[in-house]
Amino acid sequence: MQRSPLVFALQLLVTLLAAAFLVVPAAQSILAGLTVNYFQGLRSGLTLDWVAQVWGLYAPTILRSILLALATLGVTLLIGVPAGWALARKPGRLSRLVEEVVTLPVAIPGLALALGLILAYGGIREFRASVAFILVGHVLYTLPFMLRSVMAVLAAIDVRTLEEGAASLGASPWQRFIQVVVPNARPGILAGSLMVVTLSIGEFNLTWMLHTPLTQTLPVGLADSYASMRLEIASAYTLVFFLMIVPLLIAIQIMGGEKRAKKRK
Amino acid sequence: MTDTPAPTGAAITLSGCGKTFPDGTCALEPLDLQITPGETIVLLGPSGCGKTTTLRIIAGLESPDAGGKVLFDGQDVTQLPIEKRNVGMVFQSYALFPNMSVIENVAYGLRVRGVAKKERLARAAEVLEMMRIDQLAERRIDQLSGGQRQRVALARALAVRPRVILLDEPLTALDAALRDHLRAEIDGLLRRLAITAIYVTHDQAEALALGDRIVVMRHGAIAQIGSPRDIYFRPADDFVASFVGVTNRLEGAVRGGRFETAAGSIAVAGPDRATASLAFRPETAVLCGAGDSGLRFRVEQVHFQGARQRVQLGAADGGRLVVEAAADAVLVVGDDVGLVLDPARFVLV
Ligand SMILES: Nc1ncnc2c1ncn2[C@@H]1O[C@H](COP(=O)(O)OP(=O)(O)OP(=O)(O)O)[C@@H](O)[C@H]1O
Ligand SMILES: [Mg+2]
Repeated sequence: MQRSPLVFALQLLVTLLAAAFLVVPAAQSILAGLTVNYFQGLRSGLTLDWVAQVWGLYAPTILRSILLALATLGVTLLIGVPAGWALARKPGRLSRLVEEVVTLPVAIPGLALALGLILAYGGIREFRASVAFILVGHVLYTLPFMLRSVMAVLAAIDVRTLEEGAASLGASPWQRFIQVVVPNARPGILAGSLMVVTLSIGEFNLTWMLHTPLTQTLPVGLADSYASMRLEIASAYTLVFFLMIVPLLIAIQIMGGEKRAKKRK
Repeated sequence: MTDTPAPTGAAITLSGCGKTFPDGTCALEPLDLQITPGETIVLLGPSGCGKTTTLRIIAGLESPDAGGKVLFDGQDVTQLPIEKRNVGMVFQSYALFPNMSVIENVAYGLRVRGVAKKERLARAAEVLEMMRIDQLAERRIDQLSGGQRQRVALARALAVRPRVILLDEPLTALDAALRDHLRAEIDGLLRRLAITAIYVTHDQAEALALGDRIVVMRHGAIAQIGSPRDIYFRPADDFVASFVGVTNRLEGAVRGGRFETAAGSIAVAGPDRATASLAFRPETAVLCGAGDSGLRFRVEQVHFQGARQRVQLGAADGGRLVVEAAADAVLVVGDDVGLVLDPARFVLV
């Protein structure tokens, strides 16, 4: 198909405008975090002071968020991979039901989920005050992403037949899982892992309800800084947040691209 | 495999093995089957007749309905899962592990048995050599052709020296020329190893060429068990006759030791019957001059096929037959011909 130059120019313009509409606020916000005084603008000069201050104020929060994301990843791996395997092996009405139930937390507003958790377990003081409480929320919220990712790849490789092949050679169920299922499900597990970490680091709704002043996470700290700090610090915080989340997003993009390229082959 | 004596096959007995799936499908009626050590037995039948189900019951991937028993060398293995039965299995889709190279695939059975890495790779290499695919050892599975995958799958199943090898339509995914070639190769291999083999196929030519005995199945039950010759020349019923190759039949009656039909009559053994049909294979009949036999037909079509000619004949009552003739026989469409049948090679049903 021959594309007329005019149509192409129009498409390009619209795309650039849309991108600019989204990028300008982000760029402005980042710039705000690097200027000495936002109200005087760039004339006041550039500085990393605000970023340093954010680090000083919120380092424990940032660290907590990272650890929380890793813990969430660990738990979803431990539950999600074997569960995805079990569900993929016995496709039937029961396994579909389980899948639906596990996926429910994605559809329910985080606030409602958090309220449910607080009502059910909030009475246990130690638990309520610990990061573990938030961990439970994050696991509930991210598990379906891991599960679906694993199940999709297992369905694509016909894991049942592979397992029967391994069994016919004498492999026990455990050997089959470790030596055949997991290595062949690796692309799905990796994609799921990136998703889980990204979601956990960025999660706000749930966490805002579940946190205590001592168990703040990155996005909750962000809200806190917006509410109580001067604009430059809040903006510097946004910058820090970007620096952490963007590489993860890019990694997800690359993984997705690889999968598609493989399928085409 | 030079370092150890060839593995000897197990005797397998199925007794009362039926299979009804949870959704109510009755895939297999209770059946009995005895397989002697070292024998190659072929399960033959149309799609959906229960061949794979039977194979999976023997393998231990499916358990028979209550009352069914599977015995290996007289020992009840009904409750043993597949990994404890020491069977080799070749799947229709090959089920090779994409995360391992060819040699790792072949060595996998030894790996789960705890054989040290060096030894298992050496033994896997031997099997690859036996299958003449040693040059593929380091390849990834997705870099193999269909025929190569098939060989790797067979090598992987044989590397653990199983006492029984189960093959589920191993050649169906391949093109015709490769199929013939690999069939001959598998045949030679199974005979050399003297291993008990159960081979599932819906291709009658494959079954006839490979089997010591053939089990013809229909609707989840055994229609006939016998040697390839038995099945081919003395089919138990219409179904077997028509499933295993082209069969001609003449309708008529038996009176006074002669089978009488629209085309004439010929001498047969047996008592009088008001209705009878006589079945025979195309290549068992010999064409002759129109007056030289009791049966007379008109030539309707002639197909030259190189080594032979395939001739379609019509009888006075509209019945049609297909027979073969030598390549140089002169046959003219519309002429009348006679037909001589060998009494040892037709059946009266
Ligand atoms: N897991 C299952 N659940 C329900 N029905 C099944 C199942 N597996 C097989 N069947 C049914 O059992 C019958 C026999 O199946 P089987 O796979 O043994 O046939 P087959 O002879 O191997 O056929 P094909 O040549 O097509 O492979 C079929 O009607 C099939 O639909
Ligand atoms: Mg089948």
